[in-house]
Amino acid sequence: MTTLTDPPKASFRLSMLIYDTRYRSLTIQAVAMIGFMLFAAWLINNTMTNLETLGKTPQFGFLLEPAGYDINQRLLDYNSQDTHMRASLLGLLNTLLVAVMGCITATIIGVLVGVLRLSKNWIVAKIMTVYVEMFRNVPVLLWIVLAMAILIESLPAPRAFRGENPEATMNLFDTVAVTNRGIYVPEPLFSNSLGNIHLLGQSSLRFDVSVDLIAILIVFGLSIFGITKMNARAKRIQEATGDRPNTLWANLGLFFVPTGILLALLGFHLGYPELKGFNFKGGTHMRNSLIALWLALSLYTAAFIAEIVRGGILAVSHGQTEAAEALGMRPGRTMRLVILPQALRVIIPPMISNYLNLTKNSSLAIAVGYMDITGTLGGITMNQTGRELETVLMLMLCYLVISLSISMVMNWYNNRVKLVER
Amino acid sequence: MKKSVVFGALTVAGLAAGAAAAGTLDDVKARGKLNCGVTTGLVGFAAPDANGEWMGFDVGICRAVAAAVLGDPKAVEFVPTTGKTRFTALASGEIDLLARNTTWTFSRDVDLKFTFVGVNYYDGQGFMVPKELGVSSAKELDGATVCIQTGTTTELNLADFFRSNNISYEPVPIETNAEAQQQYLAGACDVYTTDASGLAATRATFEDPSAHVLLPEIISKEPLGPLVRHGDDNWGDVVRWSLNALVTAEELGVTSANIGEMAAGTNNPEINRLLGTEGSLGEMLGLDAGWAKNAIMAGGNYGELFEGNIGESTPIGLARGLNAQWTDGGLIYSPPFR
Repeated sequence: MTTLTDPPKASFRLSMLIYDTRYRSLTIQAVAMIGFMLFAAWLINNTMTNLETLGKTPQFGFLLEPAGYDINQRLLDYNSQDTHMRASLLGLLNTLLVAVMGCITATIIGVLVGVLRLSKNWIVAKIMTVYVEMFRNVPVLLWIVLAMAILIESLPAPRAFRGENPEATMNLFDTVAVTNRGIYVPEPLFSNSLGNIHLLGQSSLRFDVSVDLIAILIVFGLSIFGITKMNARAKRIQEATGDRPNTLWANLGLFFVPTGILLALLGFHLGYPELKGFNFKGGTHMRNSLIALWLALSLYTAAFIAEIVRGGILAVSHGQTEAAEALGMRPGRTMRLVILPQALRVIIPPMISNYLNLTKNSSLAIAVGYMDITGTLGGITMNQTGRELETVLMLMLCYLVISLSISMVMNWYNNRVKLVER
Repeated sequence: MKKSVVFGALTVAGLAAGAAAAGTLDDVKARGKLNCGVTTGLVGFAAPDANGEWMGFDVGICRAVAAAVLGDPKAVEFVPTTGKTRFTALASGEIDLLARNTTWTFSRDVDLKFTFVGVNYYDGQGFMVPKELGVSSAKELDGATVCIQTGTTTELNLADFFRSNNISYEPVPIETNAEAQQQYLAGACDVYTTDASGLAATRATFEDPSAHVLLPEIISKEPLGPLVRHGDDNWGDVVRWSLNALVTAEELGVTSANIGEMAAGTNNPEINRLLGTEGSLGEMLGLDAGWAKNAIMAGGNYGELFEGNIGESTPIGLARGLNAQWTDGGLIYSPPFR
């Protein structure tokens, strides 16, 4: 016969918060949390009080005052009477521009170099090693300054293009002017333009959307849609009958003809740069500062990406290659269908942090006078209004949002390519 | 991680504001050194010479204040600042005094909370172009590329000037005078604009100064002067009257050469008050009786500083112009020592 005694009633006493292992960790966490919050509150309170004694209580009204300064690279319309907010927006767009351009070129160069570093050709592999070691071991600021100095000192000034026997001439059948103030390339123009749509009226965030561009995108999108439909149909016929109808000409036609007709209707032509007065006029002006920053950031980050790509490829076991070869696959297909998809799983996560680094490094732009958001909001605006705390907080918020967005997109992509286990 | 950055920034701001509250005069005396903010290098105004010794007109103000407060013109720690960093450096207490050809404007005085103690150079914004461009007026600069130091009043004046004259330009913002010089000489910009005195100083360092001309237009008023933080009037008085002592010394004919005999006592009571042989002006400021004598001996009176660093006998070759004594038709004028 067994007697069951009830377990002693668990009555809660305060001392159990310290002596009972079940509660102790919670107690410690709570205390740490309260301590942290008190510290944070003290810091914030201290800052507020001190700023108040200085007579500089945080306020953001300055954002709506006229900026008073000009910005050379404008992706939206802007003049010196626009608000500080709009100046910041233009800076933000410039940051995004160089970040996106940089990420794309860094990826292309990085993947190429990474693959070439594994090349069996000794010279090619060594040259790539030298490139990687040189670029990733010197601070990016120096590369930016060097790129700028080379552009300024080695290229001809616009006045060298002048006169009967100019020292410098334009390249590519007189369409591209390479000067030490930047590169002028032809710009697309429409003689029967459909105009622009103005959005958000007169506010600081207003912007124009080109109807021409939208029309082109729509027509081109429809063409692509048509091509996929056509290919799907060809595949259906092939599966049903075994014969694949020839779609090449139809596809080429769909790809070029509708867009071509639209461009002709809009009166598409190129506007060429021309030397007028002090500078080249017309065409798209890619400033030195943009080119120097873009080149330096791309080459620097590409060195890191190359190493990641190399590591990713080496991480795929050799057995995979051998298995593919045993199945009779050619080397190109082995790389494309077997190795790269597996390597991507290893490559993507560290790639995200390199994209983030590139974006954050673009804040070094001021070294070459590129008007990114650090140059406008965190530079001139901060200096002219004296609102250090506010502008720095806003700057941090901007970079935080950009970085988190990049992370989000890349994580989504990572989830798509990662190994799906059953 | 990001949070810690936020708090880090807040801490810095908090500490900075804390430092600003203490008495600057006592701080300087306790430290035995004056922290003086100057440019990163503008020959004639503030630049290190071949021996690494800082020389120049603005440097002279720093040395005079150091001599007045500490009795030693060498007791200065020069802190090079850019147009962008100067105000933060002063507001945060990193420097006690900013003598960096800084324009006295309403918003800097009122909104940025600084006290301008006076004007040591009346300047205006000008333009420099290579002679070969054949430009004779700033109004012919339509479409030109203009190099400009970012974070200065010149940036705003420039925008206003081109806007009001309805001509276009392409600004190239640059961080320091040296970089601007490099870009200008390489032809990456057609025009360099800054205060006319700065242009003259920059041109003096060129290999061939005569190949560059200053355009006749002066598009702004730029009263340059030393400044201190708001709220420490005692320190502001020390700097203001050190500057005034240099100006008054020139007016009264007290130079670094004759100050020895003048300090023994003269028939002019104002000189006696200035040099501390009569009255107790130094004591009122919280300094020695010989404060002004030390300040003048540091580099000479205002006129000597001007002639020695930027005057017509130097490569920079600036005429006194507006910066002559009021008795000679200029604007340099000190309130009386009484």
